[in-house]
Amino acid sequence: MKQKIYNSADDAIADVPDGASIMFGGFGGAGFPNNLIQALLRKGTRDLTAISNNCGTGDGELGILFKSKQVKRVIASFPGPKSNYFQDQFAAGEVELELVPQGILCERMRAQGAGIYAFFSPVGAGTEIAARKEERVLNGKRCVLEAALGADFAFIKAYRADTLGNLVYRKAARNFNPIMATAAATTIVEVDEIVPAGGLDPEVIATPFVFVDRVVQAKTLRS
Amino acid sequence: MTKPRLTREQIAHRAAQELPDGSCVNLGWGIPNLIAAYIPADVTVYFHSENGILGMGSRATPGEEDPDLVDAMKVPVTLLPGACFFTQADAHMMTRGGHLDFCVMGGLQVSEKGDLANWKVPGAKGSGGIGGAMDIAAGARHLIICMEHTTKDNEPKIVKNCTYPLTGLECVKTIITDMAVLDVTSKGLVLREVAPGLTPGDVQAVTEPKLIVPESVGEMRLSNVAAAV
Repeated sequence: MKQKIYNSADDAIADVPDGASIMFGGFGGAGFPNNLIQALLRKGTRDLTAISNNCGTGDGELGILFKSKQVKRVIASFPGPKSNYFQDQFAAGEVELELVPQGILCERMRAQGAGIYAFFSPVGAGTEIAARKEERVLNGKRCVLEAALGADFAFIKAYRADTLGNLVYRKAARNFNPIMATAAATTIVEVDEIVPAGGLDPEVIATPFVFVDRVVQAKTLRS
Repeated sequence: MTKPRLTREQIAHRAAQELPDGSCVNLGWGIPNLIAAYIPADVTVYFHSENGILGMGSRATPGEEDPDLVDAMKVPVTLLPGACFFTQADAHMMTRGGHLDFCVMGGLQVSEKGDLANWKVPGAKGSGGIGGAMDIAAGARHLIICMEHTTKDNEPKIVKNCTYPLTGLECVKTIITDMAVLDVTSKGLVLREVAPGLTPGDVQAVTEPKLIVPESVGEMRLSNVAAAV
């Protein structure tokens, strides 16, 4: 049987190549895979496409990957005024940005995970983010075609895993993590605690183990 | 002489009166973020947060903060009995799918048809950011915009057509400003209430589209909230 438990964050991300696309969970300081992000900083992987709600807060969360200039392209809903390293590089034309409405970012990833190639939605119709997107009127409303969004890797944070990779989350640290787990070719999760299979209540498992490829136990890093 | 207008707190206080007992409501950044403080003690409103909370209570007091329990502005919060957690996708299923009773956002411009511009000031520095605003605009069952009636230069923010980058088309139902409460209808903008001391004429003078003024226009009720000094 495939062994999913890794000994360290560095081992868990050792094969991430330059140019990889990576989804990063987290929102509002909660649910960020900070140990995996730090490992990526140590590894020095470059030319990354980062898919995340925002672009860090100062040196925190994704901020350090911009500080070290490892990211060349971003897909985000709200880069954030405190993402100073990203903002400087964006102003200088060193990093590309695709702005996506937050719920549509979720749905594009959900579509990818669910094997749906594209969908029509009224979000952003008539605005600059819909420019160059195919439009259709449905139920009398202008709608735009949105493509599924996948990635090579998802880096996510959960509270507990079992040895099979089933996951439970803690409070609002759930946010984007369960969605991203379904949308990437390889999903890597850091957790506070790993328990034997059967150690989690099947009624409360939020991410079933089929979506999880690698698990590493690490103390929650706040930034 | 310019007549005094309402404070941001007074706008929030008036907006709070739109939210009935038991309603599920999302509050955006800016003035809407002040509204929760003005919900009366005998009214329960279940506040929704995009990061996956329905039923947020008051801000956490020092010592009870939990970094995994924060609102969309990263502020540590508490939970009401019956509160629940879910994913960001489910949170926006609630906004975009029209499952919340009210969504309240700030605004830069609102057109007479209810088009909204609130995510980017033309020429502003930085990347800008959309967050959940376009999802909310596209699907909210009842979208309320709280904002000052004019820009700092006294230019109308309620306009015939938005000139700022759009957030959504024909999405706003109610506008609450420091001068008035207005409803967007198929016939045009209806003046529902004016702030104490103001006349419908005062409001029309700083509103670009022609307002529909009913025979009787109410006065915004603002007990117990400090007026502008």
